[in-house]
Amino acid sequence: MANTVAHTNPLDKVDHLEKLMPHESIINEEGEHVVLPQHRHHFETEEQQREAGSFGMWLFLLTEIMFFGGMFFAYLLYRNWYYPAFAVASNQLSVPLGTLNTAILITSGFCMALGVWAAEVRKKNVLVWMLILTTVFGVAFIGVKADEYHEKWENHHIPGASFSTAQFTNPAAYGIKEQPLAPDMAQKTEIYFFLYFAMTGMHALHMIIGIGLLFWLTWRAHRGEFSSGYVAPIENFGLYWHFVDIVWLFLFPLLYLINRHLPK
Amino acid sequence: MAHEISHDQAHDPSNVVNPEHGEHHLVTPAQYSMVFGTLLLFTGLTVVAAYIDLGALNPVIALGIASFKAVVVILFFMHVKYQSRLVKLTVGAGFFTFIVLITMTLLDYMSRAWGMW
Repeated sequence: MANTVAHTNPLDKVDHLEKLMPHESIINEEGEHVVLPQHRHHFETEEQQREAGSFGMWLFLLTEIMFFGGMFFAYLLYRNWYYPAFAVASNQLSVPLGTLNTAILITSGFCMALGVWAAEVRKKNVLVWMLILTTVFGVAFIGVKADEYHEKWENHHIPGASFSTAQFTNPAAYGIKEQPLAPDMAQKTEIYFFLYFAMTGMHALHMIIGIGLLFWLTWRAHRGEFSSGYVAPIENFGLYWHFVDIVWLFLFPLLYLINRHLPK
Repeated sequence: MAHEISHDQAHDPSNVVNPEHGEHHLVTPAQYSMVFGTLLLFTGLTVVAAYIDLGALNPVIALGIASFKAVVVILFFMHVKYQSRLVKLTVGAGFFTFIVLITMTLLDYMSRAWGMW
């Protein structure tokens, strides 16, 4: 069956029909072979096209693993070299805000997963609402993150000219219940905060790009483009969004929870 | 699962009708809800575990819980459990390569500073 498709492929006619609305179907002369126009002519079947799309998206995500992986490695190395500085600097982050943001991000991912389901079962309104909820939780995450960054700004914990180790060399003066660090070790807290901003910053940039894409996808979903069997953009964006979630699932324990069990 | 190959798929020598016989499986909202609950539960667990002094086990448990959550997200939210072998192998190869790169780079740093940490 499949081997004969190439000879009488109705999709050869797609090229000059590309201006069709995406959810309209093409029916060939015989009127028996209904194919959606999103099915490109260089794929034999829709399953094959779908497979190729998922495969390509995963290859992109693998490059993203390597991209974040470099920063995770830098973290691993410096954490082992300058553990006292990392432990004390990490304790300056807010665990309640970090936990809240983890929950917000998981909820956003849950809405995205439901959105993919809604597209598959062709429920247009559910899909649009799930994409809107995904966006809302994504923006909420960025908002909490911005609040945390602002607090670091006020405490001179942003690496650079105005970075201060005062809270780490003399914690008692700031009401912080920590053992003071020697000045040379206290300087290494700047490395922790550099990695903190690099990793959460690149993660936040991915979120912001994702939120931009979500506006675009929500608009297209609202026009009904993804509720007639064409779900690849929603599905592949879902893979991206869940990947960004996974990065945070590692960032949260590594950055926030290094040393919360201080020796009394 | 993948063994439920229908009649026309079984006669697909060029493997084009359904490549690798990946099934098009829908995860239901009920299953997604269970995954969601699991992820929230383990988020709470990792916070609680961080406040208990377990010595060297603290980072091990933190990373273990994070890895478990990541696997759950990959298998269900990202549908890898229901994808073809090609996609499964791609995902596995990516993480495997990542582990290899981390291990080799770490060995280099550790051996250069042997006994000095």
